Amino acid sequence: MNDNQPSHHSSNEVDEHRRHFIGASAALAGLTVAPGVVVYGLAHAKPDSEPVTNKVRWGLLVDATQCAEGCTDCVTACHTENAIQTGALETDPHWIRKVELKDMRTGRSQSLPVMCQHCEDAPCVDVCPTGASFKRADGIVLVDRHTCIGCRYCVMACPYKARSFIHETLTDQNPDVPRGKGCVESCTMCVHRVDRDQQPACVEACSQAGHNAIIFGDLNNPNSDIAKRVAGHPTSQLRADLALNPGVRYEGL
Amino acid sequence: MASITFREIEGSSPRYWFLLGFIALFAALGLGAAYYMEHHGHIVTGMNNSIVWGTPHVFAVFLIVAASGALNVASIASVFGKVMYKPLAPLSALLAFSLLMGGLTVLMLDLGRPDRLIVAMTYYNLKSVFAWNVVLYTGFFTIVAVYIWTMMEKKMNAYSKAAGMAAFIWRLILTTGTGSIFGFLVARDAYSSALLAPMFIILSFAYGLAVYLLVLMAAYTWSGRPLGDAVLKRLGKLLAVFVAASLYFVFVYHLTNLYFTKQHAVEHFILVSGGIYTTLFWVGQILIGGIVPLIILLNPALRASRGLLVAACLMIVFGGLAQMYVTIIGGQAFPLDIFPGWEEKSAFFDGVVHQYIPSLPELLLGLGGVAIALVMVTFGIKILRFMPDSLADAEIDPHAKT
Repeated sequence: MNDNQPSHHSSNEVDEHRRHFIGASAALAGLTVAPGVVVYGLAHAKPDSEPVTNKVRWGLLVDATQCAEGCTDCVTACHTENAIQTGALETDPHWIRKVELKDMRTGRSQSLPVMCQHCEDAPCVDVCPTGASFKRADGIVLVDRHTCIGCRYCVMACPYKARSFIHETLTDQNPDVPRGKGCVESCTMCVHRVDRDQQPACVEACSQAGHNAIIFGDLNNPNSDIAKRVAGHPTSQLRADLALNPGVRYEGL
Repeated sequence: MASITFREIEGSSPRYWFLLGFIALFAALGLGAAYYMEHHGHIVTGMNNSIVWGTPHVFAVFLIVAASGALNVASIASVFGKVMYKPLAPLSALLAFSLLMGGLTVLMLDLGRPDRLIVAMTYYNLKSVFAWNVVLYTGFFTIVAVYIWTMMEKKMNAYSKAAGMAAFIWRLILTTGTGSIFGFLVARDAYSSALLAPMFIILSFAYGLAVYLLVLMAAYTWSGRPLGDAVLKRLGKLLAVFVAASLYFVFVYHLTNLYFTKQHAVEHFILVSGGIYTTLFWVGQILIGGIVPLIILLNPALRASRGLLVAACLMIVFGGLAQMYVTIIGGQAFPLDIFPGWEEKSAFFDGVVHQYIPSLPELLLGLGGVAIALVMVTFGIKILRFMPDSLADAEIDPHAKT
């Protein structure tokens, strides 16, 4: 393809050869890249280059009146989505759990899921010495896997028992959800799904089970279902006395 | 007083090397335990997701608190100008430095990712009490090292008062930081109290001085140097004041909680129904760590017996470890009350008292921290002039009445 090189072909032949070559290369390149572009397009509703914004505040509304006693679909979905193997040991991780409640005076019982409450003023973020425990601009509280030193101060500080320390080597992880021995973790509000405009796994599972007891959405958007519900119904925050402004609200508690 | 000479201990006898080897063995076992925990994960410990800080933290926090308390003897000499304490000051500073090193080693080796120590040193969240403490510990090492230098280098002696003042202020801030690790935890009923910071300071006075007295008596007895009653009498009386003040703070802390209805459940747990925690509180912290040593230290006849003085110091150390166990582990064993007024039940152990059984690796790691501190002291007094030749009454205070 060097124009300076002497050639025994006529210029027309060369041009045609070039045309074929470029065409074939383009087709090949297209074939190679296209599926990736399609998958990328499907996977990233928003491009990675677009920063997370604080115009959005992701939140969950748990309707305790719709949450069925004994149903653990949200928990199972969370474990499947995030590849969490858990059992009956106190060392096992729990990102979401069903809490059965009984009113001490009346004996009335209730059942509801508890997960990271994604506080605006999160105590886990305050106490983390390295800043590994952090809050995204859109309100999702996460742990940076690269800077968590495993001191567990955040577990001490969390009022909701939402955090787990990983006590042993993990296998069969979901590549979207990196985890590891010696670090602390908690509900990510399925941030990898949210960033693809999908709902958290627990919300989807609850909806599929027909309960619709967990609603996900943008608390800052007055037109979102969750914002309308929070505005129009009496809802409560767990440990509201701590004034942490959690992103998870409860109705019917 | 001018005739006081500091000299290294000879440290060449088989007994010295046996002692050093014996302590070093525990340090090695501690390091081995840390490696075992790091390799297998914390699954091999008694800690879990409800009790995330266990026996290593009991030892680590005790050592860190005792470290700042051990510096008191030096502070009394430099800051408050008490001449009698001057010969005691260098050993006090060495002990403080060593105890902090031992405590921090335990804390660091218990991390889930001890390999990320560099991250802890380079990433700071300035709102974190832990991050403040990283700065406070580093500063303490630096200031105490400079303080030792001003005391031991003749040309620098003029600056030792200033360095002593800096060290004294720094140690008060440091223990405020240690107490605030717990005091600033709003989520847990057993913590979230501003009283924890001053309480830790007064506890540090008692623990640090008890450890100092034990080290002083061991070092002088085993190296065959004279140690008069005047020094021991003075330090013993001071220790009595610290133990009494500690009991007072513990009393006020619990009285406050007993007055607040919302705190009744956690108080009932620690004081009445908490099993091992209740036993350790009343028998360990209050009786063995407080009342019995106080009786010994306040009674001139009992205090005069060196055996009983050693026993009192050992009991204060035991009481200190019991106090840390109750504060750190008991405070976590009591469940979080996420839904006040409701009985809670879940697969994640909501609403129940959390179980914790200390494991051997944890205990070895904790003891390893103690051993590291003691190795540093034992070796330190051999290579540098930390100890006066004699602390006999006539050398210390010719007018001493014993």
